[in-house]
Amino acid sequence: MTGIGDHEAAERPNLAAPPRRRLAQRVPVGLLVPAALGLLFLVLPLAGLVIRAPWTTLPERLTEPATLTALGLSLQTATIATVVCLLLGVPLAWLLARVEFRGRRVIRALVTVPLVLPPVVCGVALLLVFGRKGLLGAWLDATFGFTLPFTTTGVIVAEAFVAMPFLVIAVEGALRGADARYEEAAATLGASRWTTFTHVTLPLVAPGVAAGAVLCWARALGEFGATITFAGNYPGITQTMPLAVYQTIESGDLDGAVVLSLILLTVSVTILAALHDRWITSA
Amino acid sequence: MIAVRPDPASDPVVDAHLVIDRGAFRLDLPLHIEAGEVVALLGPNGAGKTTALRALAGLQPLTAGHITLAGRHVDQPDRRLWTPAERRSIGVVFQDYLLFPHLTALDNVAFGLRRHGIDRRAARIRAADWLTRVGLAEQARARPRQLSGGQAQRVALARALAVSPVLLLLDEPLAALDARTRLDTRAELHRHLTDHPGATLLVTHDPLDALVLADRLLIIEDGQVVQNGDAATITAQPRTDYVARLVGLNLYRGTAEGRTVRVSDQFALTIADAMRGDAFVAFPPSAVALHPHQPDGSPRNTWPAVITGLQRHGDNLRVQLDGPIVVAADITPAAAAQLQLTPGQPVWVAVKAAETRAYPADSRLPTADVKDI
Repeated sequence: MTGIGDHEAAERPNLAAPPRRRLAQRVPVGLLVPAALGLLFLVLPLAGLVIRAPWTTLPERLTEPATLTALGLSLQTATIATVVCLLLGVPLAWLLARVEFRGRRVIRALVTVPLVLPPVVCGVALLLVFGRKGLLGAWLDATFGFTLPFTTTGVIVAEAFVAMPFLVIAVEGALRGADARYEEAAATLGASRWTTFTHVTLPLVAPGVAAGAVLCWARALGEFGATITFAGNYPGITQTMPLAVYQTIESGDLDGAVVLSLILLTVSVTILAALHDRWITSA
Repeated sequence: MIAVRPDPASDPVVDAHLVIDRGAFRLDLPLHIEAGEVVALLGPNGAGKTTALRALAGLQPLTAGHITLAGRHVDQPDRRLWTPAERRSIGVVFQDYLLFPHLTALDNVAFGLRRHGIDRRAARIRAADWLTRVGLAEQARARPRQLSGGQAQRVALARALAVSPVLLLLDEPLAALDARTRLDTRAELHRHLTDHPGATLLVTHDPLDALVLADRLLIIEDGQVVQNGDAATITAQPRTDYVARLVGLNLYRGTAEGRTVRVSDQFALTIADAMRGDAFVAFPPSAVALHPHQPDGSPRNTWPAVITGLQRHGDNLRVQLDGPIVVAADITPAAAAQLQLTPGQPVWVAVKAAETRAYPADSRLPTADVKDI
């Protein structure tokens, strides 16, 4: 008995140590150093952006009509693209998560292809299908006189194409994590599969859908390669913020590019932070 | 809601033969439940209880056989006939209740009513009425996670009963509750099941739930019915080791020859009344006496055995013994003090013939001549 008592006494000072010391003891240096370097690597460029900003001329640059136009177009197209992704992507995620069919694995792999494809290649692929001479584009043009490339709708298509996999993967994950037996309970109460989806499944996975939508929106807002390839770079029509940043820096106006980048950074971080508090942490 | 039956008096609400093949496992269960009858489906884990419940609910199709609910064919594989869960007149209380976490208690109960075409206002009024009936009027606006286990169970029951199902299915309805809550909830559940005009199937592995709540017990093992009858019959005359353990009896099967039942080549038990043929012999652990030396006198069964285990059993001590037959004995603390009770200890076992009960093993159960237990 005394042996155990002595042992406990020896342990006690350690337990009473201040929390800071205990933390330092728990994190090995081999992890702490790379973690700190990684954080620095991520934060430094953002700090550079803030430091290099031409603060004196900032107010007049901010209110330039061209800037506001690009910003408005960016927010508008990214939001519509997200809505399109929600309307098409949530049912697709449901299909992948809840219905067993042949070739489901192949389809799941296909869905993630835009995720790994370089965005420029996505733009080329879109041109081949929806371009004026493309597979579907030629028919759209001939039948409805409707063309997608180099229009604002084209921007939305490009953004939705690139961003949808983020939403599908997030929602499918949420659906797989949700207990499907709630859906069985709904069925025993007389709910059809559609009512079950709208009244039980969707509310249960709402946090996952919100997280997916945020990811999707952020990806759409930052979209560059597919947009410039498929929709071109026309101010007021297809020139979103990333394209405006690119054009400004190409024309030698570094200060202008910094200002635009800063705006994009501020807007996206603010919106993401607001949504994060509202949706994701409540999950 | 349900088509009028031509002859309601003679038709059972549930007329089914559940056959489900799943590789190594096969469920083969004929099932008939009358209106107002509560049948308990009792069996060990993996016996197929939940599979049977899911088949009746429409969550799992049959491979063969049929299900008829209130005269309506809902599953008949050979005629390619299948009615999904949402179009069957059923109510299910799931083991962990599965109350929708995003809805209040009231909206959980109203959910089924809404799906049956009742408008929002009327559904809420009826749901509130049901919550009052289960004593939860005050919790109407609570979310499931704010409810205690017993409250959640009652909301689940109200939700299942609110749609007036012809068949109520309960899957281990009390298993998730602690012992104290279980007692109260069991009594209340009994009241609601008595009031339920439709048929009820209760799936459980707790014999007490089955004895208290059910009119009739159906015991299955490995997908097959091993016993079917009222509580008195089954507790008096168990027919498998599982049922014997369930009702706390030692059970042996052998061949009767007058007052001797030969259980194995080397061992026979003496019984009170003469009989002949394939027979079961049962006696309670309390009828087993242990002695340090071979007892003498009185015509009774004695044999040497070795203690293999000891555990508390109420106020007594339950002793597991190995020997020519495996047997359990209940010993009072006073008797235990006189014996050296340690595993590995050899003792003599004695059972009076008068305390054994023998009944034929091959015939179906005679229900009329059940003696008191």
